[in-house]
Amino acid sequence: MLGEKKIREITARVLSLSQADQTEVLVFSDDSQLTRFANSYIHQNVAERDVHVRVRAVVGKRIGVASTNDLSRESLEKVVETALAVARLQLENPDFVSLPEPAPISEVRAFSEATAGFTPEARARAVGAICRRAVENDLVASGAFSTAVQEIAVANSLGVFAYFLTTLADLKTVIMSDDSSGYGASIAWDVEQIDAEAVGAEAVDKALRSRNPREIDPGRYTVILEEYATEDIVEMLSYVGLGALAVQEGRSFMCDRFGEQIVSPAISLWDDGLDPRGLPLPFDFEGVPKKRVSLIEKGVAMNVVYDSYTAGKEGKASTGHGLPAPNTFGPLPINMFMAPGQATLEEMIASTERGILVTRFWYTRPVHPKLAIITGMTRDGTFLIEKGEVAYPVKNLRFTQSYLDALSSVEMVGRTTKLVRSDFELNGNHVPALKLGEFEFTGITK
Amino acid sequence: MRELTERALNLAEVQGAGYADIRIVRRESQGITVKNGVVEALSSSENQGFGVRVVVDGAWGFASSAYLKPAEVDRVTALAVQIAKASALVKTRDVDLGPPVVHIATYRTPVEVDPFAVSLEKKIELLLAADEAMRRAKGVKVAKGNMAFIREHKIFANTEGSFIEQEIIESGAGLEATAVGEDDVQRRSYPNSFGRHQGTAGYEFIEALDLAGNAGRIAEEAVALLTAPQCPSGTMTVILGAAQLALQVHESCGHPVELDRVFGTEASYAGTSFLTAEKLGKFRYGSEIVNITADATVPGGLGTFGYDDEGVPAQRTPIVREGIFVGYLTSRETAAMLGRQSNGAMRADGWNRIPLIRMTNINLEPGEWDFEDLIADTDDGIYMEMNKSWSIDDKRLNFQFGTEIAYQIKKGKLGQMYKNATYTGITPQFWADCDAICNEKYWSMWSTPNCGKGQPSQIARVGHGTAPARFRNVRVGVMK
Repeated sequence: MLGEKKIREITARVLSLSQADQTEVLVFSDDSQLTRFANSYIHQNVAERDVHVRVRAVVGKRIGVASTNDLSRESLEKVVETALAVARLQLENPDFVSLPEPAPISEVRAFSEATAGFTPEARARAVGAICRRAVENDLVASGAFSTAVQEIAVANSLGVFAYFLTTLADLKTVIMSDDSSGYGASIAWDVEQIDAEAVGAEAVDKALRSRNPREIDPGRYTVILEEYATEDIVEMLSYVGLGALAVQEGRSFMCDRFGEQIVSPAISLWDDGLDPRGLPLPFDFEGVPKKRVSLIEKGVAMNVVYDSYTAGKEGKASTGHGLPAPNTFGPLPINMFMAPGQATLEEMIASTERGILVTRFWYTRPVHPKLAIITGMTRDGTFLIEKGEVAYPVKNLRFTQSYLDALSSVEMVGRTTKLVRSDFELNGNHVPALKLGEFEFTGITK
Repeated sequence: MRELTERALNLAEVQGAGYADIRIVRRESQGITVKNGVVEALSSSENQGFGVRVVVDGAWGFASSAYLKPAEVDRVTALAVQIAKASALVKTRDVDLGPPVVHIATYRTPVEVDPFAVSLEKKIELLLAADEAMRRAKGVKVAKGNMAFIREHKIFANTEGSFIEQEIIESGAGLEATAVGEDDVQRRSYPNSFGRHQGTAGYEFIEALDLAGNAGRIAEEAVALLTAPQCPSGTMTVILGAAQLALQVHESCGHPVELDRVFGTEASYAGTSFLTAEKLGKFRYGSEIVNITADATVPGGLGTFGYDDEGVPAQRTPIVREGIFVGYLTSRETAAMLGRQSNGAMRADGWNRIPLIRMTNINLEPGEWDFEDLIADTDDGIYMEMNKSWSIDDKRLNFQFGTEIAYQIKKGKLGQMYKNATYTGITPQFWADCDAICNEKYWSMWSTPNCGKGQPSQIARVGHGTAPARFRNVRVGVMK
């Protein structure tokens, strides 16, 4: 950990060295450790200490970016020079307005001493508990447990200085038998919120219950999605269409549909980087305070998120969703929350005449981004529901389905929500389980 | 640097390591993205650090740091030992690396033109010319082009006596034209989708691509796709273009032959493999014309190097011979478990990651057909090219791919253009139905510069040599 004082010195030095019209410096320091296990033993166990200094130099409307992970005086001088030299080679970008001006940043805490001091031995004890439970049940455990201390700081020549110190603890496990698997995961900024025994028990239970899976015919089914699967839906919607650049380029499902009902009225989705139930981050990678943004409210398309560039293009204010420069992908919501409903998972199952219970999705990819058509597989516990009960486990199915259409057929929403790490590992989203009336499975695996 | 490597290796041995290695890596990269006539991103980055990997009490530990100082080498080495001791608390067997592999060597990617010596102005000019050519097509909303250059200097040293110094140089570029209609968005890429085509080569690689010469064509195709009919559905004959086939090989052959996946050590993330150990040498992976080779020595391939990150020399290894599965990609530890020697597939994504088994260049060997003859020989089918979407299950059996463009094949001729083509299958059934592969004239190296694996995640840059090939009885079209 560098600490705020040291980072202030680094950013001040970089800004004082720069001859550019405007200069931004992003510092990201990471001290992380990860214990990985497979075949019920620890096979990879790693640690990393790194720091990135990324300089964005602006000359008129020309922008250059350079980065280094060497904090020596010579290296910082070189990175500033390179960013400036790169900017001078640029053509003017007429849509660029300015780096952000300073604005008050809300206080939010996401640092835990327990996480920062978590040792390799403590991770081994947690992993050992999961492995033992698996072995006792004639199953095989695999997974990873990571802890990290991270600092993010952004400063610019217009007076912005934002600093955030955070911790992260992330445990995931897949428990397998010869013909089945189960999944459990927990993520929090405070490692004391992670109950390794419970995560292991969840995955072991699924692996035992999904033994002897049967093949069923692909087709249209009612589905019940556990929180892990719901998270994939919000993450994919974010990826293909909830950022301003996707709308400005005409490739988002939100294009020309603001104010319209795009999914079921049971669905409300927003982004809030300040909510401590998630993995808070009070400002974005341009140092702009994060605003709470309503994305979908009662099924109606409301807003997308902006960074300073996309906001400048429309004469709007950034919502604080910029990613590190140079960012050609545009802004993204990375702290999403879906509103809970009234149902328990048991009520969803009991109310289903015939349907499929999905633990999670795997390898999901956009097939038609504008229609939000996604393909992917089920994984780690897929079950047929008949007459209000889980009938038997089934082999994993492939789906090809518009996530928007799926959310239009919501029948029940879970009354609790769970924080789930996104596959892109940018952050985490807080979501409930869902019961959807229609979901199209297009294939089955062996 | 010798002092630092010796310091770490000596300290690791003093603290109880039965084996240790250190890698010191410095990576320089340059990226240029041009969009709609402006340079949208222009960046330059330098990244360096070291990682120490140890075996203590029969278990692995690894620690790494960006701070290349003697005191930090001491801290990191001690931390790696502490971590290995924690690993030993949850182990079922001791790590066995097999016999020592000792090399003192250097390797440098052969390049004609150092890409870092070429001016940024020249690179930008080339991209802007291609960008302008794409935007001439009415209906193209986003024209995008990019170039990427990487120079990685790596030192590897281990307690067995190896000391290897390598410099790997990569150059890559790509174009993408996106056409937006009233209700549809269509994209065409050149020479490859998802960013670019890349090789271990100098700037001569970029010049040979003829970006400007192909820009207008892909832009017009993107616009034409907006009004093209939806690809029909059904079970039919499919001819895959070489770029799409490269991704097919990557997902359905490259990944399942990674021996760490087979042994379950990637189970929690990337998944396992249907090509389990008892299938080696016996299992029919594809038809008799299917021959697949892992070759880290192909000049210019993105998976080409001198030595892997365990110090094992680059090799050429048969994977599938006349349709039978005969080889894995291995590390020292996994090869020893099969009583074999590593074939040099361990690569790490920089100093702060441990090496994992990664693809080198996984190549489908050329067949005998001329492409024109293959089309002429096909009475009824679909020609599909350039990947648009991809997904495959965690054992690498059930896959579904979409392509940017497709054409009807009718009575031996290419006809109607189709959009949104997808096909799906089960890996060994699909390859068993491969009945024709084009010859060397149509064979070329392709690349996947963004192959993800591992926790913490690592990106590998790998190559695939392919020529167009024909597959029978393919299930085409699943979109609603």
